[in-house]
Amino acid sequence: MDASTSTRTATPLQPEARLITHEPYYEPVADEIALFEAACDSRIPVLLKGPTGCGKTRFMEYVAWKLKRPLITVSCHDDLTANDLVGRYLITNNETVWVDGPLAHAVRVGGICYLDEVVEARKDTTVVIHPLADDRRMLPIEKHGELLRAPDSFVLAMSYNPGYQSVLKELKQSTRQRFVAIEFNYPSETLEAKIVAAESGLDAANIAKLLKLAHMTRNLKGNGLDEGASTRLLVHAAKLIKRGVAARVACHGAIAEALTDDAEMLRAIDELTSSIF
Amino acid sequence: MPPLATAALEKRLDALLNPVLSSRRTAAPLAAGVATLPRALQDFTLHWVEVIGRTNYEMAYQFAAAAPEALPALDTQAAEAWIIQAMDSYDREGLYQGSLVFKQYADFAQRGLNAHGVQFNEVATVLERFVCGLAGRRLNIDSAETAWTDTETLYLPPRITVGASRDENFLIYKIIATLLWAQGRYGTFNIDLNAALAHHSEPARALVWLNYLEVIRLEANIARLLPGLARDLAALRGESGESGESSDHDARYAPLRAVDAGVRDSIALLDTLDLQQAVPRRAWLGTLRPASAKAAREARLTREKDALQAALAQLFKEQIQNADGAEENQNFEVRVNHDDNLGADVELTLGGKPLAPPKPVRELLDSIVQDLGEIPDEYLLANTAQEATGEGDGDEQDIAPADGPAVYYDEWDFQRRHYRKNWCALRELEPPAGDAAFVESTLKKYAPQVTQLKRNFELLRGEDRLMKRQQHGDDIDLDAVIAAYADMRAGRELPQRLFTKRHKAERNLAVMFMVDMSGSTKGWINEAEREALVLLAEALQVLGDRYAIYGFSGMTRKRCEIFHIKRFDEPYSERVRQRIAGIAPQDYTRMGAAIRHLSALFETVDARTKLLITLSDGKPDDYSDNYRGEYGIEDTRQALIEAHRAGIKPFCITIDHEARDYLPHMYGAANWTLIDNVLRLPLKVADIYRRLTS
Repeated sequence: MDASTSTRTATPLQPEARLITHEPYYEPVADEIALFEAACDSRIPVLLKGPTGCGKTRFMEYVAWKLKRPLITVSCHDDLTANDLVGRYLITNNETVWVDGPLAHAVRVGGICYLDEVVEARKDTTVVIHPLADDRRMLPIEKHGELLRAPDSFVLAMSYNPGYQSVLKELKQSTRQRFVAIEFNYPSETLEAKIVAAESGLDAANIAKLLKLAHMTRNLKGNGLDEGASTRLLVHAAKLIKRGVAARVACHGAIAEALTDDAEMLRAIDELTSSIF
Repeated sequence: MPPLATAALEKRLDALLNPVLSSRRTAAPLAAGVATLPRALQDFTLHWVEVIGRTNYEMAYQFAAAAPEALPALDTQAAEAWIIQAMDSYDREGLYQGSLVFKQYADFAQRGLNAHGVQFNEVATVLERFVCGLAGRRLNIDSAETAWTDTETLYLPPRITVGASRDENFLIYKIIATLLWAQGRYGTFNIDLNAALAHHSEPARALVWLNYLEVIRLEANIARLLPGLARDLAALRGESGESGESSDHDARYAPLRAVDAGVRDSIALLDTLDLQQAVPRRAWLGTLRPASAKAAREARLTREKDALQAALAQLFKEQIQNADGAEENQNFEVRVNHDDNLGADVELTLGGKPLAPPKPVRELLDSIVQDLGEIPDEYLLANTAQEATGEGDGDEQDIAPADGPAVYYDEWDFQRRHYRKNWCALRELEPPAGDAAFVESTLKKYAPQVTQLKRNFELLRGEDRLMKRQQHGDDIDLDAVIAAYADMRAGRELPQRLFTKRHKAERNLAVMFMVDMSGSTKGWINEAEREALVLLAEALQVLGDRYAIYGFSGMTRKRCEIFHIKRFDEPYSERVRQRIAGIAPQDYTRMGAAIRHLSALFETVDARTKLLITLSDGKPDDYSDNYRGEYGIEDTRQALIEAHRAGIKPFCITIDHEARDYLPHMYGAANWTLIDNVLRLPLKVADIYRRLTS
């Protein structure tokens, strides 16, 4: 989101604008916060591994707030090139202007650059990530004839979902071995209940039922579902129920339809829902 | 139209059933029976006698014998269901079971009265997933006359008709499945039931009562876990009026509804009941088969014990490595926290330190807790001996002794308009290695053409293209900027498109070649096929497309064979070259199963375009089952439709001059091509491929 705004207006957002002022809600699962801080202090980049919707992005917001550093998030897609990360020339008022991409911007201001779902990006992005991710910590901007050195406060973080079983979406060893990896998984039942309650404000009885349903869909992983219901889906369903939507309807929309298009699987999940609620 | 007369019918039936008729068994009684039917049903009978006769004449005879009485009692839908069920039984269990279904048409007549009946086949997939969601361990679902389970497979009745609506009948299915699952989950078979009931004068009767008591106990458990289902159950009970007897017994059954009630409570309660009374009826009451359950449970426990011990050994080794130099004599311990939620919470510790076991181990632990209620200490001895022999143990079990593991595929029977379930057994085989010199000589033979071919394919290769005058882009398009300034000076509007962009045309394509290895390819055709593959492989190396080559052949449905010449992830190696050279004519072409198997293989490949190209010399054909002709064509067509639905584009290259008659029907008007001269096949194939993919 931020990347596109900056290229269009040719005036990069002020770093302060990316500072997170309010404490985001985050429940630590284990010692991931301490591990992240230690990696930052040691100037080692961080790789967040885990299935979708288990809190990776929220975790980044939380640590950015805690470290009081601007957070620059780039959602990677399959057309994202190295240029999109580093920057490019634009033409304004009879002259060309260099505009930093989000990665260069983060390096300049010493913020946290978070590359979400990095395997989706084009392979040439590794060219700019590698020198930043080892002890050189620099970003060559060839077009601009500049070599940026990252200040100590700069942190490179990326997320990666090992659940995709596709060979094309594997992270290369040369890339992954530069990072400290923090594994995320679905939180334990009590913690998950606490999270869903805090996010949605739903009553405990309904949350317990939602968690049961989540457990059942996770049982189905590999037996027709690629992924079980994530904490995020539970929060969505809980919010809908809290707003007065009937539980079966809410679960159908927020969980069943979000998980699959397969008619029989939808029916099976609906049957599980109607058994619980 | 007037009904057919007995004489005319006798003549027709005589012709249709000739092989099973004799001087003692004539068509006369059949004809007399059929003559009593109205014309529409007579036609229906004759049609199906003919269709069934193509599978088995005796079955057709049995059908003709049963039809006069059965058909008036059934509507068309029920009649077809009756026939399909009979043929299905015949396919699976043979003539005796099949003809038995024909005799039991009364069951279907019952169903004919109830348009809301739900069939097992309609709900099997949904229920399988439903119980998989509940269970955590994989349970199979199958149909049987009464509902029962051996704790590995849930057997459900073939149809349910007692409900007032389809929804209600489905709900009864769901309740039966849930109760059967609950027998495993809540430990109905955790003690030896036969021994526990031995002191009763009529153990069989006691078992029926025990089943009823268990249902009460399990319903209470389900009510705690699945309140929604319990509510539906209560509503159903109110509607179907089966609550009558339950209120006065409530007090006696109360202990079964306690949170910690177990199968022992049910058995204890049996002694206080008058077993001579009739067991109350419930639509979802199945039967208990303790002996089968015991066998399945014991087999599973042995298996899981071994698996767990091996997994723990692995875990132990990892821990030792990680904690460099930790004591060797630490023990695994387990604490099981039972909650009334799904899956007990199992904590695994090693020498007091909590461990996070990987998912398979957690599932094993959970499964064992379901059977035993705890993890016995001997299960926790990390079995290093087991680990040393490695995973080979598991593999050996999977390999069937004689033929190697087979994959089963359904086959489409166009006459029945139904699939024959698991009809074809297909095996993937290693093809014999041929002489790689063949590849060399082919390349030499076609040397000039190969050079041309490579050049043509190089043109196709996805390369970076610089696109000018773009709205956004990586670099400034200087020409555009200069032109823009000129425009601006001249007072015109400043154009927006001032950038260049590199566009990489990626060929996101995977192609699978399916090569006919039937006996009819012997000679020129086989050689042309092999040469075509050599040239194609050469060209594809240039292009960099992902490709796989499989040969197919076989004889009868029990021996369909696929030879992997080159898998997708295999490089074009010496070994592959030898395999191409080794492609030899084998038996027949049962194409449906081959296409279904290759479609399944395609599912593991991620590509925008998936292309399945068949090299063939004729119609689908097989030794038996009338596969030759319409049956084979329709099955192949159905398999291709399935492939199409899975996002695969099928294409056929044939040398059969009669292909016009059947290929458009199978592949669609545009998805095939005929090469009239076999000798030109090698060069044409590469050419066709180029046209197809550019």
